[in-house]
This record gives sequence, structure tokens and C-alpha cells, in this order.
Amino acid sequence: MKTLSYFLILAFSGGEHAGGGSPLDVNPGLILWTVVTFIFLLLILKKLAWKPILNSLNERENLIKESLEKAEVARKEAEKLIAENKLNMQKAEEEAQKIIEQSRDLAEKLKAQILDESKKTADKMLQDAKAEIERKNSEAFVKLKEQVADIAINAAEKILKENLDKNLQLKIVDKYLDEINKN
Amino acid sequence: MYSNQEHIVADTLKQVAETAKKTDTSWIMHHVLDANEIDLTPFGIIHLPHINLFGLDISITKHVVFMWIAMLILIFVLRKVAKSYKNSFVPKGVTNLTETLILFVRDEIAKPTIGKGYENFLPYLLTVFFFILTCNFLGLIPYGSTATGNISVTATLATISFFVIQIGGIWKNGFFGYFKGLLPHGIPAWLIPIMFVVELLGLFTKPFALAIRLFANMTAGHIVILALIGLIFILHTYIVVPISIAFALFIFLLEILVALIQAYIFTMLSSLFIGMAVHQEH
Repeated sequence: MKTLSYFLILAFSGGEHAGGGSPLDVNPGLILWTVVTFIFLLLILKKLAWKPILNSLNERENLIKESLEKAEVARKEAEKLIAENKLNMQKAEEEAQKIIEQSRDLAEKLKAQILDESKKTADKMLQDAKAEIERKNSEAFVKLKEQVADIAINAAEKILKENLDKNLQLKIVDKYLDEINKN
Repeated sequence: MYSNQEHIVADTLKQVAETAKKTDTSWIMHHVLDANEIDLTPFGIIHLPHINLFGLDISITKHVVFMWIAMLILIFVLRKVAKSYKNSFVPKGVTNLTETLILFVRDEIAKPTIGKGYENFLPYLLTVFFFILTCNFLGLIPYGSTATGNISVTATLATISFFVIQIGGIWKNGFFGYFKGLLPHGIPAWLIPIMFVVELLGLFTKPFALAIRLFANMTAGHIVILALIGLIFILHTYIVVPISIAFALFIFLLEILVALIQAYIFTMLSSLFIGMAVHQEH
């Protein structure tokens, strides 16, 4: 008990001697001033600083957010455009290839057709020519035949006119008759 | 035998107590405690006015003056910061520094602890944070004094926090809803009266802890620095000078850290308690 009491003495003697006050002293005036100062500061700063600053910060954050979003949208659009361009180019190339192919085909076909046609025409011409020749030939042949017949008849007439003789006729008849008899 | 030893111990303590009486440590307390004057020793002493209002001593003391200095600094700087946003959204210089702190309070303290509706408490939390921070730092400059190292100041700040917490809770949950929400869910009926008292006491211990923590942290650092410097004069030797100065410097650097941390902790815990009062379901 005695020990404890001396400890207490020690503790209190320190406190009593600390320049007439302890750190745990409560000063009502100071409390009042703290309240006044703090409330005043709170109100003034709320109006002068926090509202405009926080608003500006929010505004800026929104601005940044919007800008980022816009940039993202723009990027996506650009990417889409590039992809589209690529696709278009590919399409165009394909189309060009197709057109070239088609025209080649067409040319080939046309060539074949022309060749065919010309062959056909040539054939036809040949056929025609052949037919014409045939026709002309037969015509000539008929004419020749007529002429030959005419000449032959004329010649026969002449011969007949020159050789019409009774004796000779008889001799010939006889000769034929002989020949028949022999057979 | 035993009583003899006790006598010896008692005697020693008595001796110590008497030496303690003789040893004057008031100069340490002179630096830490509040006073009615501002001591600028080589340049003189500014005596502050004594004011009495209805028998209440409301003298302007050293700590009041330093609170006002903090207030003026804050108003001046933050007004400048607020204006700087009108010119450009890109922060520069002091705006950058303040903005970092403001965003820290907003995004790291208020948002996660209070959640929805944190905007209503943001001005209070920001003011508390900046006020305590400035007061803490004012105590670290030469001729400065730490208003936050005074129990009256911290207790008042904690009381304001207490009111903000309760008003926040009542505003959100209604008067009866708030006090009903203090009780944990699913406790037996016979425990309700006990729990209610316990929880009610808890409401008061929270700001009490806030007040003591800030006061003790701010005072302790200063006392340690002064004690280390005081070693030189008490021991009357130059040998301890390098050690004293090195340790005092170390503690001073620590104090800078503590000044920041205590401002943060006070704000953080206030915010946390507000969050607990507003969203009681957690």
C-alpha cells in the first residue's frame, strides 16, 4: 500500500509541477473556439472550395470518360472502315478477276464461234461451189449430149445421105444374116 | 524481511519523488501545452487577449491562434485551387497536391466506407482531413504549436464527428429505425436491454477513441523530440549532442508521417462510423 501511495505521489508531483497544467486539462473556452472555428471553416470551405472543386473534378472525370468512350467508338469505327475497305478491295479484285475470266471465256467462245462459223461458211461455200460445179457439169453434160446427139444425127444424116446404096445395103443385110446364122 | 524491503523501495521512491519535484520539466510542457501567449523568444512574446463571456473564460489562446492560422491557410489555398479549375482542368502545382488529397479522401475513404450517399458527408470529411492535417503540420514548423495536440480540440472534433455520425444515421434510417438498427440481428429477447446499453456505450467510445488517439499521437511525438533535445541540457555534456540530434531528427521525420497518418485515421474512422450508422444492415 505504501509503495502504491508513493507511486501516486510520484505521478502527481510530476503533474503538479508541469508548468501549472497537465496535457489532460480541458479548457471550455478552447472547446468553444474549436467549435466556432471548425463550423465556420466547414461552411466557408463548403461554399468556396469543396463545391466548385468537387464539381470540377466530376466534370473533368466525365469529360475524360466521354473522351475515352468517344475515342473507343472512333477507333472501332476506324477499324470497321478498314475492315470494310479491305473487304471492298478484295471484292473488287475478285470482281476484276471474274470480269477478266469472263471476258476471256467470252473471247474464247467468240473465237470458237467465229471459227466455227467461218468453217461452216467455208463448208457451205465449198458445198455450194461443189453443187454449182455439179450442176454446171450436168448442164454441160446435157448440152454436150444434145450437141453430140445433134452432131451425130447430122453426121448420120450426112453419112446416110452419102452411103444410101442398094447393093451395099443388101450386102450388109446379108452379112448380118450370115452372122446370125452362124450363131 | 519482506517489510524491510518494502521500506527500502518506499524510501527510494520517496527520494525519486523529491528529485522529480526539484527537476523542472515545465519547459517541455511549456511547448506542448496551450498558453495565453505566443512565444517567439528571440523576437519577443505576443500576449493574447483575455476574454470573459458570462463568466466563461474564452480567452484567445495559442492553440486558437494556430487553428485560425490553419483556417486562413486552408481558405486561401483551397480558394485558389477552386479558381484554378476555371482556367484549366489540368492540375498544376498546389492544385495537383490538393487534388491528390481530395481524391484520396473521396475515393479511398468516403466511397468505400460510406458507399451510396457519400457525397453528403464529403465536405465534412474533407474539412476534417485538411484541418487536422494543417494543424498537425503547423506544429512541426518552428514557433508552431499543435492545436491537435490539445485534448480539448481533439475532443471537440471527435464530438462533432459523433454528431455527424448520429445525425447521418438518423437522417438515413429514421430516429427509431436508427436505434433499433443498433441491435444486432437474431439475438435472444432477454439480451436486448443489455445489448442496447452496450451498443449505446459503443457510440460514445468511438469518438472518445478518436479524440484520445489524435491527441496522444500529436503530443507524444513532440514530447519525445523535446525530451531528446532536453537530454543535452539535463546531462550537461556535449557527448550526447549527436545522438540527441540524430534521434530527434528521426522522430521529427516520423512526426511528419504521423501528422499525415493521424489526419487520415481520424477521417477514415469518422467515415467508417458514418458508413456503419448509415448502412446498418452490414
